[in-house]
Amino acid sequence: MVARSLAQAPFRLWTFNGGLRLASHKAESTWAAVTHAALPKRLILPLQQHIGSAAKVIVAAGERVRKGQLLAKADGYISAGLHAPSSGTVAALREHPIAHPSGFSASCVILETDGLEEWCELPPPLADYLAVTPAELRQRVRDAGIVGLGGACFPSAVKLNPDPSVRIDLLILNGAECEPYITCDDMLMRERARQIIGGLLIMRHALQVKAAIIGIEDNKPEAYAALVRALAEYGMEVEGISIRTVPTLYPAGGEKQLLRVLTGCEVPSQGIPAEIGMVCHNVGTAAAVFDAVMEGRPLISRYVTITGDGVRNPRVLDVLIGTPISELIEQCGGYNREVKRLLMGGPMMGFALQSDEVPVAKGTNCILATGGLETEPAPVMPCIRCGACMDVCPANLLPQQLYWHARSKEFDRLQDYHLFDCIECGCCAVVCPSHIPLIQYYRFAKTEIWAQQREKQKADLARRRHEFHLERIEREKQEKAAKLRQKKAALQETFTAEDPRKAVIAAAVARATAKQADAKLVTTADAARERDT
Amino acid sequence: MRRVLYALIPGIGAQFWWFGWGVLFSIGIASVVALAAEAAVLAIRDKSLKLYLGDCSALVTAWLLAAALPALAPWWLTAVGVAFAIIVAKHLYGGLGYNPFNPAMVGYVVLLISFPLEMSTWPALQHGLGFLDTAQLVFTGQLPAGVTLDAVTGATPLDAVKTQLSLGKSMAEITSGSLFGLLGGRGWEWVSLAYLAGGLWLVYTRVAAWRIPAAMLSSIVLLAGIFYALDPQAQPSPWFHLFSVSSIYGAFFIATDPVSASTTPRGRLLYGAGIGVLTYIIRSLGGYPDGVAFAVLLMNITAPTIDYYTQPRVFGARRG
Repeated sequence: MVARSLAQAPFRLWTFNGGLRLASHKAESTWAAVTHAALPKRLILPLQQHIGSAAKVIVAAGERVRKGQLLAKADGYISAGLHAPSSGTVAALREHPIAHPSGFSASCVILETDGLEEWCELPPPLADYLAVTPAELRQRVRDAGIVGLGGACFPSAVKLNPDPSVRIDLLILNGAECEPYITCDDMLMRERARQIIGGLLIMRHALQVKAAIIGIEDNKPEAYAALVRALAEYGMEVEGISIRTVPTLYPAGGEKQLLRVLTGCEVPSQGIPAEIGMVCHNVGTAAAVFDAVMEGRPLISRYVTITGDGVRNPRVLDVLIGTPISELIEQCGGYNREVKRLLMGGPMMGFALQSDEVPVAKGTNCILATGGLETEPAPVMPCIRCGACMDVCPANLLPQQLYWHARSKEFDRLQDYHLFDCIECGCCAVVCPSHIPLIQYYRFAKTEIWAQQREKQKADLARRRHEFHLERIEREKQEKAAKLRQKKAALQETFTAEDPRKAVIAAAVARATAKQADAKLVTTADAARERDT
Repeated sequence: MRRVLYALIPGIGAQFWWFGWGVLFSIGIASVVALAAEAAVLAIRDKSLKLYLGDCSALVTAWLLAAALPALAPWWLTAVGVAFAIIVAKHLYGGLGYNPFNPAMVGYVVLLISFPLEMSTWPALQHGLGFLDTAQLVFTGQLPAGVTLDAVTGATPLDAVKTQLSLGKSMAEITSGSLFGLLGGRGWEWVSLAYLAGGLWLVYTRVAAWRIPAAMLSSIVLLAGIFYALDPQAQPSPWFHLFSVSSIYGAFFIATDPVSASTTPRGRLLYGAGIGVLTYIIRSLGGYPDGVAFAVLLMNITAPTIDYYTQPRVFGARRG
């Protein structure tokens, strides 16, 4: 309710604590229109590109597949399927290095492309989406393997299906793209604004909400203009949708921060937007939903920014999922001689890649090759508790205290200081005068705490099993004893039933004792009477 | 931390103007001893000299302590205080960032307890000793011929107020004396104003957290104001408390040491206010001439607890 009235209220923006004004470095990669990246010989498709359980392979090595064909199906509710980005032959199902901070390998489908780009039969377009039920729309989104393209990769169909106990009033489309260097959403909004608005309309219907806001940072005027134009081209159906620019202040594109700036509401600590009646999707996700519903096209490609001073011609490419990063770098003129580091994601929240042989995944928004301009990291000095980190923390945390306790591994204290409210935006580490890599400490602590909790769960389970075991032994013992008793009783019964004389004797004995007792009662009563008189 | 040194320059300049060359000797001696002690401990601890000497933290401690010492302090007094501050109060607790107590104030209190006579011998205003005479006094303890110690030393305004109040004089009589100026002690008020200028610059450049000095000075003014209003003849005025003694210096330069202070926004207010209250109590009731050093050390102990209980409301947490 609050959310709906806010969406219609006159233009007002709110703020969050701290944040940073960073050099945007966006112009480097937005000079050229987006083109399709060349078709690679091999596509590497990890089965786990999303939050939830990994997809289950349904093709075999050696099988020929067509473009758009399902290779692996969603396994469970929170999962997403995987489709063939191009036609070709499944070369192998095996481990391959994936984009991961630790350089892990994971199960992948390796697809040898044949260059024919032969499409499989796609599901029919649902052009009149308003005539389709929300459940059907969600199923279509699910079948298309769509996940949140802003980076978190949460299965979108799940986010379009909020808990029936909460009422969703407002849909927010995140086009803020606040992190430096990353421009894929910017270019997507410029070039596919119509699809984004279309996707937004479909999502609105799927969620059964009226009000929607698209939030864009004010350093993307072309994208803003393109969206405004696209909105105007739609008719009456876009009523309730507004497009708003927000000040460029990292991390204004963080989901919680954007919601705060646009509506003044705060997503509860460690909660989700649905708890305050809102749902937030990325603009890229909206475009993917449009493709899935209006064209039946599954999610097999995305916009990726290839940038940084370590690559010759930075730009944004439309890339098939599974394309090795090395091929993209090549198409951007190759590395500069000074290239030092390769990051997936932006400079603030991205992570260093060990190899450029890893593939683009659904959540890959940016490949950042840093070169000569990156200075040597300054030496780390002790924390002097100056509090500069606290002043910029958008989550209102005390990074200096978190650091202190993370260093000494006081995990209980860390939770007292709300470690799990940290969004790992990296502002604290940027302003730290002692150049402490704070986020690394927080990630380490979080991982340790998760590991401890898993250990505890395991121990609890083992303990419960043991207790159950003891209980069962005890119960069996008692059951045995009870059975024995029953048997005995039954035996006795049969014995008495067999011998009627015994019953007669027993009855006689009982009568005799009763008589005696009566006599006794009379004599005692007489005695009492004599004593009274 | 270099900026703290810059911010100290006006105050030290004013002290030099009123108290002569001894101020600069103390600063010089303290700097040399601090750097030597820091370098020695760093070498023992196998740390990078370039990095840790380059951060100027040892010099800051040295200057903060030297500026708080009587201007004609003998060289060994300065040296002992600074060495204790750097070696014991700072490095034995783990070095930069790990010391629970403000090193300069630990050094100051050690001297105050061990050498009360030297620590309470303040030079008179503009005592007229030249560069060489001062050097002789500081390094050998010898006064030039024909000059007595009494001629170059004098009571501090706070001492004067304390002794004369105990003799039954009223505040009006006391402050009409030659020791007193417009706001507080003559000379001292200018020193305080110079430190105020440097301190405000530190706050403006966000080197120092504004909440600590603001809370400390307001609590002193508030307390002093209440008691002054009750009995103006027997209680020094709030502005005397502010400008005669170490309040401003302590508020902007001592209490704001981030390592040993509270670090949360509300915590800093509490911490500063605590120092102000303790300073006022020790100054008014205690046996020591001034209370800032003790107040700071006492509040240092409370900082971790204050921090724990004054966490800001986390984003998305329920209000209230």
